[in-house]
Amino acid sequence: MKALMLVLSAMVAMPLAANDIEVSGNVGVEARYFPQDALYPGQEDGGLSLSIQPEFRRQWDNGRKSLTFIPFYRWDEKDDERSHGDIRQLDFTMASDNWEFQAGVGKVFWGVTESQHLVDIINQTDTVENFDGEDKLGQPMLRMTRFLENGSIGLFVLPYFRERTFSGAEGRLRSPLVVDTDNATYESADEEQHVDVALRWEQTLDSVDLGLSYFDGTARDPEFNQVGSTLVPYYRQIQQLGLDLQYTGDAWLWKLEALRRENADTGYNAAVGGFEYTFAGITETGADLGAIAEYHVDSRDELATSPLQNDVFLGARLALNDAESTELLAGTILDLDNSSKSFRVEASRRFGDNVKVNLEAQVITDTDAEDAILHGLRNDDLIQLEIQRYF
Amino acid sequence: MKTITALAVSLSLITASAFAETSQEKGLGIAKAADARDTGFQDFTADMQMILKNRAGKTSTRSIRIKTLEVLGDGDKSMSLFDTPADIKGTTMLTYSHGLKPDDQWLYLPALKRVKRINSRNKSGPFMGSEFAFEDLGSQEVEKYRYNYLRDEPCGQGWTCHVIERKPAYQYSGYTRQVVWIDNKEYRPTKIEFYDRKNSKLKTLVSSGYREYAGYWRPARMQMDNHQTGKSTTLNWNNYTFKVGLRASDFNKNAIKRR
Repeated sequence: MKALMLVLSAMVAMPLAANDIEVSGNVGVEARYFPQDALYPGQEDGGLSLSIQPEFRRQWDNGRKSLTFIPFYRWDEKDDERSHGDIRQLDFTMASDNWEFQAGVGKVFWGVTESQHLVDIINQTDTVENFDGEDKLGQPMLRMTRFLENGSIGLFVLPYFRERTFSGAEGRLRSPLVVDTDNATYESADEEQHVDVALRWEQTLDSVDLGLSYFDGTARDPEFNQVGSTLVPYYRQIQQLGLDLQYTGDAWLWKLEALRRENADTGYNAAVGGFEYTFAGITETGADLGAIAEYHVDSRDELATSPLQNDVFLGARLALNDAESTELLAGTILDLDNSSKSFRVEASRRFGDNVKVNLEAQVITDTDAEDAILHGLRNDDLIQLEIQRYF
Repeated sequence: MKTITALAVSLSLITASAFAETSQEKGLGIAKAADARDTGFQDFTADMQMILKNRAGKTSTRSIRIKTLEVLGDGDKSMSLFDTPADIKGTTMLTYSHGLKPDDQWLYLPALKRVKRINSRNKSGPFMGSEFAFEDLGSQEVEKYRYNYLRDEPCGQGWTCHVIERKPAYQYSGYTRQVVWIDNKEYRPTKIEFYDRKNSKLKTLVSSGYREYAGYWRPARMQMDNHQTGKSTTLNWNNYTFKVGLRASDFNKNAIKRR
């Protein structure tokens, strides 16, 4: 919180000439349709939702100093829990030849694989935003990064924890019992005030990009205790060692993410690894086609809090490389222990200079009752159309 | 006697090489002279406006900020930062270019705050849907081509140009050859013709509005016409600033997140 105040006062104290502040962002309208009947009482069938995400930015000293503010709000017609706001970013960044310093609310991404972001842990997932887990809540942090020759070492101090968002009773894409996000419990007596720390070393060695990370603090993914007819999140204290590795060849990308995580009672290992092969220039107009295969393993097997414990992801990415930046990503996740399958398609295209249209569809099918997370979502096939206007 | 013969032989060799310079040697010599003329710029920043025009004449525009750091003995380091189209604002590409070795390239996606190392296999692919391929915009190192001098001829504005043919020596090029017009005084390329893998004329690049900045010449406008599709792309360059004091630390995986 102190860091936040520091950033806010820095912003106010700045000699702010209006033309120094860059304003951009987007507004969006999104329609969701669930073709199958809802499994649980109270669930609605989709509907409309509106979002706004402006960005205010000021940079100086050749970009070595910057202040950024990115608030976000979504209103959802059907699910009160999905109507939510967040400060995605509110931070000050300062860089010198050897050091970089960041204070405020920000977002950090770690990792290399496409079908799961295993080692990425700094930011909480905003699961009501999108089922794919790519949307994150802003994380209060202090970061100091020391540059190395072709690498860096970063130290993160995270003074405040953000709870995961979950669909409400009316929302689709939820477990049979509704998650009570108002009464989360914690292993640490400091609860959300627990100060988490993390360390990350990154190095580029010719064709290899390597990342080693260590995290000590509150788990971003909760366990659940059933209280009455609700699930109450329980956030444990964990220690996690993570590795991410990518080899970049002419047409091949080989990728690996692996982690060891421990809490007071137990520990586990998990990994995801695979490749992306690019068929370059498959058309006269220069379109690229990528073939992606990734394997997921988790030592907890079916007890895993992630549905990816012995699964394989197969996907294809088509980039037309045209003026409209048309892209298509299609993939399937197959559980190798049972019959559970899911399919997902994401397509996007620009219209004119400022409008972007995103289409997503997913099918979850043949789920096995032992695959509890996915099985609970078996009727949540989804078609989603989003139109975003950028400014 | 022996010495005199040796001297005569070496003399004749010198004269032979002076008078019978092959067209390959002359072409390479011009490429080296052009490279030397542009050496020592240290760094520059510039704003690039890219206007794409399709066959029907419909246009769309991209604004890109460019930062380049000269690396002696290797290809330059550069950063391209997109300001428009608005949906990709903040997207940044970091390139460590090399001679014959493939370039190292990273892409920063601001919505995810993700830095992705990408492969540079698709050199012949279009840059941002434009008529410029990635290989057209890369750092032009001498060893990237094999050269052949063709002729000298007038090339407008009272300039005389060397006309040289160059064939890519690097892998995965989309071209069999290029014909380059480069003026004989300041080594400014005014025109390049690109021939595709079937050796048909594919594109012509015309560079104009040259100005001298801190001793280095840069064009204000570059127009690429695709003869096979009827599409064209124009680059308008503004705010060229040389020797701004950029450092290696401005060109790494952390710096591209700063945008």
